[in-house]
Amino acid sequence: MANLTLVQAINLALIQEMEKDDRVLLLGEDIGLNGGVFRATEGLFQQFGGNRVVDSPLAESGIIGTAVGLAMGGLRPIPEIQFEGFMGPAFDQLTNQAARFNSRTRGGITCPLTLRVPVGGGIHAPELHSDSPESIYTHTPGLKIVMPSSPYDAKGMLISAIRDPNPVIFFEPKRIYRAFREEVPEDEYLVPLGKARVVCEGDELTMVSWGASVIQCMNAIETSGKNIELIDLRTINPIDMDTIAASVQKTGRCVIVHEAPKTCGLGAEIATGIMEHCFLNLEAPVQRVCGFDTIMPYYKLELDYLPDAERIGKAINETLAY
Amino acid sequence: MPVNTVFETKIESVSILDEHGVFDSELGNGLIPNDDLVAMYKHMMTCRHFDEIAFKLQRSGRMGTYPENRGQEVPSLGASYVLNDGDWLTTSYRENAGLFWRGLPMEKILLHWMGDERGNHIDEVRCTPLAIAIGSQMLHAVGLGWSEKYKNTGNIACTFFGDGATSEGDFHEAANFAANLDLPVVFVCQNNGWAISTPTTIECSAPTVAQRGLAYGMHCVQVDGNDIFAMVKVMKEAVKNARENNRPTFIEALTYRLGDHTTADDARRYRDADELELWGKRDPMLRLRKYLEENNLWSQQQEDEHRSFAEKKIAQVVKNAEGIDAPPASDFFDSMFTELPKQLKIQRDTMRTSSLGQNPSQVPTHTPEGAL
Repeated sequence: MANLTLVQAINLALIQEMEKDDRVLLLGEDIGLNGGVFRATEGLFQQFGGNRVVDSPLAESGIIGTAVGLAMGGLRPIPEIQFEGFMGPAFDQLTNQAARFNSRTRGGITCPLTLRVPVGGGIHAPELHSDSPESIYTHTPGLKIVMPSSPYDAKGMLISAIRDPNPVIFFEPKRIYRAFREEVPEDEYLVPLGKARVVCEGDELTMVSWGASVIQCMNAIETSGKNIELIDLRTINPIDMDTIAASVQKTGRCVIVHEAPKTCGLGAEIATGIMEHCFLNLEAPVQRVCGFDTIMPYYKLELDYLPDAERIGKAINETLAY
Repeated sequence: MPVNTVFETKIESVSILDEHGVFDSELGNGLIPNDDLVAMYKHMMTCRHFDEIAFKLQRSGRMGTYPENRGQEVPSLGASYVLNDGDWLTTSYRENAGLFWRGLPMEKILLHWMGDERGNHIDEVRCTPLAIAIGSQMLHAVGLGWSEKYKNTGNIACTFFGDGATSEGDFHEAANFAANLDLPVVFVCQNNGWAISTPTTIECSAPTVAQRGLAYGMHCVQVDGNDIFAMVKVMKEAVKNARENNRPTFIEALTYRLGDHTTADDARRYRDADELELWGKRDPMLRLRKYLEENNLWSQQQEDEHRSFAEKKIAQVVKNAEGIDAPPASDFFDSMFTELPKQLKIQRDTMRTSSLGQNPSQVPTHTPEGAL
């Protein structure tokens, strides 16, 4: 066991998968000698060399498009896009190419690539460094979407993602890259994709979140003193409705928390899923605590935009009082 | 401070058998064995007939939109003639001749345009399905060539696209990756003068499209894309450069589509009749046939015999393709992921019987009074 931050756990997962499988190679901007802007690939260039840790030209569509080709050629590429705000240029290669090859060839060509992207706000970063676009890609059939919130899950889920034969977007919540440490086994282990984690059990209210917001939820729950069940979704697509439904059938109340804008955010999909699975169990309307339907503000006001323990606490009280 | 010239260049344009039938024996002798030339001419006849029949299938309502390939047979055929079986080819949709030469069953192309994804399931040859999003396939070739270099197989990748595609960002990113990372890739631009109705002058105001590759530091050459000899010559050099040196080449093949962009297009709205007539005389099949006949390699009798063969073959291909029934509707679920997630299984299994995803235990067992 080692006491690691989330970014260290990612680094360890990359090292172990590269040691185990020659087909795994990394490509992206500044990931080589520099170790990535968040140091997620620190030391890998020195350990594995420039053929496997490749500093690419500064071109996001190129990074994803060539990763599609590498994957079709039998390798396991792990492209990195430096910040989620720079995924735009790669949108076509991600959504029209990587996501579709398996389907459009009816199983003839798969694209086993794992795209790593730091995501979300809260680190006082410049413009276009703080967004939460996960529902855009969840609305793209054919992509698996992952966002861990703990070092343990980050390592186990990254290994699962790399070994998954489908294209996976592995969102890394940058606000908690180094926010806390956790015991992480040095031995290999897998955390399966598509399975949510019950962070703490409770029977008064269900709370569903993912990424850095999970930490805000934990703070809010502690402050509230209520008996709340917190579910960390971990995998956003495919979504684990079974775990959510089982919890809401027990509690009858649910609050969903995410950083992304409210309208057409994943909270809407989860709320509908709760209607489908738990309608007769509900004691209160499902509440959402989200980012707003605005542009993510620059950092002076970013904490006003992001869901925090106070806003979440208000939703807890309203939902319990209904 | 003096002003120095730090870079000068030139673009060579290669022609061996020109539109008047003049043959440059110095460049062309021994380049392609006679038997292969005859085989390629026969193949072009078959492909041309395939194209005519595909057009008629669309016009008679038996197939969806189809892009005619007529007039552009040479570039992809010449490329495929030079490529090895282990090499990759990523194409757009006017490369039927090259794909068929490599061994892609013709039925697959018909299936694609008949609205059936199974036409894209290709195990027979190393190619990707026709790329519909313009220019998207070039980066895939770069990645595929990269994967072959990584595995040290000696295989390379070749990608085809049109003149319009060189305006796309993906072209520039692909060229930049291939050149800077030393990847074994051959870029072939079929410059047919038009991106649907947009003339090449709006896509590229430089004297040649070929010189676009120069900016990325790769070798560039222009070639008469209706001349099979010239195409094979430049392709051999490009493939050698890729295979031996891991260096990309950009080939601009000058050609012309004698048909419309697709069956949904009417090129008379934007192209002059004179231009079409001019290029009709440059039809790659006319000049190759003339060359073969002058060298006693082809006769009217052979022409008639092969036409009859092609008609029978394509009739059978059409029969085969039309004989393939639509798959069950579950087909569009089953390949979404290598293993179908539970939510998709529910949607698939209840697509006709339930509102999507409704949990049966949550459906009311009684009908409220007054409800229908």
